[in-house]
Amino acid sequence: MAEPYFNEMYDAAGLRTPYQMLEGWHQNMPAEFRALKQAEAEDLFRRYGITFAVYGEGGDPDRLIPFDMFPRVFTSEEWRKLERGIKQRARALNAFLSDVYDRGEIIRAGRIPADLVYRNEAYEIAVAGFRPPLGVFSHIVGIDLVRTGADQFYVLEDNCRTPSGVSYMLENREVMMRMFPHLFQENRVAPVDGYARLLKRTLASVAPEKCDRDPKVVLLTPGHFNSAYYEHSFLADLMGIEMVEGQDLFVEGDFCYMRTTEGPQKVDVIYRRIDDAFLDPLCFRPDSALGVPGLMNVYRSGGVTICSAPGAGVADDKAIYTYVPEMVRFYLGEAPILENVPTWQCAKADDLKYVQEHIAELVIKEVHGSGGYGMLVGPKSDKATIEAFAAKLAANPSNYIAQPTLALSTCPTFVNEGIAPRHVDLRPYCLVGRDIELVPGGLTRVALTEGSLVVNSSQGGGVKDTWVIAEE
Amino acid sequence: MLSRTAANLFWLTRYLERSETTARLLDLGFRNALLPNTGGGFRNEWSAILQSKGALQQFTEKYGELKQRNVESFLFFDLDNPSSVASCISSARENARIVRTALTSQVWDAINTSFQELKALSRRERSSLEVPELTDWTLRTSALIRGSIEATQLRNDGYRFMNLGYALERADNTARLLDVKYYVLLPSVAYIGSGLDNYQWTTLLRALSAHRAYNWAYGGELSAKQIAHFLILNPKFPRSLLSCTIEVNAHLDQLARIYDRSTPAQEAARAMLGELAEARIEDVFDEGLHEFLTRMITENAGLAKCIDDQYLIGEAR
Repeated sequence: MAEPYFNEMYDAAGLRTPYQMLEGWHQNMPAEFRALKQAEAEDLFRRYGITFAVYGEGGDPDRLIPFDMFPRVFTSEEWRKLERGIKQRARALNAFLSDVYDRGEIIRAGRIPADLVYRNEAYEIAVAGFRPPLGVFSHIVGIDLVRTGADQFYVLEDNCRTPSGVSYMLENREVMMRMFPHLFQENRVAPVDGYARLLKRTLASVAPEKCDRDPKVVLLTPGHFNSAYYEHSFLADLMGIEMVEGQDLFVEGDFCYMRTTEGPQKVDVIYRRIDDAFLDPLCFRPDSALGVPGLMNVYRSGGVTICSAPGAGVADDKAIYTYVPEMVRFYLGEAPILENVPTWQCAKADDLKYVQEHIAELVIKEVHGSGGYGMLVGPKSDKATIEAFAAKLAANPSNYIAQPTLALSTCPTFVNEGIAPRHVDLRPYCLVGRDIELVPGGLTRVALTEGSLVVNSSQGGGVKDTWVIAEE
Repeated sequence: MLSRTAANLFWLTRYLERSETTARLLDLGFRNALLPNTGGGFRNEWSAILQSKGALQQFTEKYGELKQRNVESFLFFDLDNPSSVASCISSARENARIVRTALTSQVWDAINTSFQELKALSRRERSSLEVPELTDWTLRTSALIRGSIEATQLRNDGYRFMNLGYALERADNTARLLDVKYYVLLPSVAYIGSGLDNYQWTTLLRALSAHRAYNWAYGGELSAKQIAHFLILNPKFPRSLLSCTIEVNAHLDQLARIYDRSTPAQEAARAMLGELAEARIEDVFDEGLHEFLTRMITENAGLAKCIDDQYLIGEAR
């Protein structure tokens, strides 16, 4: 049967190479054994405390993200191309950020409209004219990719601020290795566990020039009520750095210090997992209790490095997204390796007209939205939903962009009846410091509901271990 | 170590010790209530127990009359009561979650499991739960967590702060329990030395898991003076004020060594130890047992404040 979607395991010619060793594995697995393993996996996740906390919705605040044991596999050739494309994109995004907080050459050259940048909510005037160490603004770039064919990948969106989920990439692998060691003995799966070391090295490489010692790196978390708190403590632990809250830091003179049992200790690099608006109540939101008063002054005078830099969000805005291939050409003089999904900007009259005429075929998203909320998947929605959304769109067109409904690839996934294809996406994490690094793997999210194209964990998505077959 | 981390570890163990004391108090009340009614009867005793926790008013506002079932719920399950077993274990678990990286997985496992068990307990039919089951569970849980800490934690500053929390809380609790018995529990001075008096002493010792230890140490005859000596000045009894103060000193000295810096906290602890190590039980009774215990509770709190200032705020240089 010809499927409308690219199946990563079985295509028209049959079983694809990367999945060869998994066919026998799942076919020979008795149902009881599978149930046992699934329970074991859940137990491991709970024991490690790998939950994401959802407060304020009632019920148990500690929830597990569903884990699917069927791995997703890439060949080394597939990965090589992705890797080049991802690194290229991460370089271009950083070049763009350096530029728009400096002379804005790309705007002077007429390649990107000035309003889109300077009037963007994520553009941070407080950083204008400031060059962070090594000119890097976004140190961890998460690039969300989808696949529609054997060689066809699209970038769905960029995440230049603080992309989350990397702890799942690491833990999914740990759990798989514990449960199915023979799979790893028989196959050459490239390891991902170097991520924490690379992250630490990346963060240390952007220490301020004033820092004349082994840099003190800390992770700044909003606190244990945050849904990603587990990830924060997990990463801090792996890197062997302190996890601090705003109240643990204070500014004195030209530097930032943390409160320790031995008195104040100077901090050189802050890997922050809180939003710009909360970083410094003196500079941004005055009601923020999560940040550190005076931090931005220290930052701008080169006393501390903040990763990612405040204002980095202007590069991952959905309205700017359209221009990323242009950035690649403009700053790097290269042809973009990864393609964008064709996007209509509803702010433009022509685009809006097209979107309104084809609303039932398109996916429409809020420019600043995230997490799969506030979007319309045309082909999956009933008439009433579409009409309601059309009204919202007409009221405020510039708040929306539209994209074709992509035929997202599928990957075999365990369901009650055995295995079945389910749609997946991929988020690799690219590290930018003195070097640009990418561990071979990423977070594969899977839409567990049959036919669903929404992979977000807040909307019933799950995760998979992602394999890259190491080169011979 | 981050001051906040140290503070969380310190409070983690204080909550755990407190949950144990609440369970012991519950046991004390339960056993006293089995006693034939005399004078003020068991109502008086339950009210004394709540008074010792400073919670009588809160209880009355919420439940009205002093019914045993209600007191049990209040002391064990009620999350509105900050020193109920459930509150303490929940707070301890929340603190542990915040400082996960400073705990070994075995310690986290022990705390997290006790929290899950507590949730299962609170889902059970109340009438199927007798007090002894609840108190046994609490003491067992407490021992399990403490054992995991002893067996697996690195002997670093974090371990010292955990032990300081245990020892300071324990000293405070012992002083309060003794004070309750002596000052509040007995209907009037006329009962001193009576059967009721002795029964209450025995119960107090039992609640402190010290009944047999007392017999071994003092030959079995109950006297207020000896019991006070046992609970205040006997360095062999692990819950005596002197034992706790020795512990506090040892861990503070270790901290001074680790940090290569001595602070006013060490001085304050040494002064307290100096007094307790030299004191005779006659001195205590000359001062008045209640007055002495009140002073000890205050000094103990002052020491905790001093530790807070020196280590847990992060401003001392």
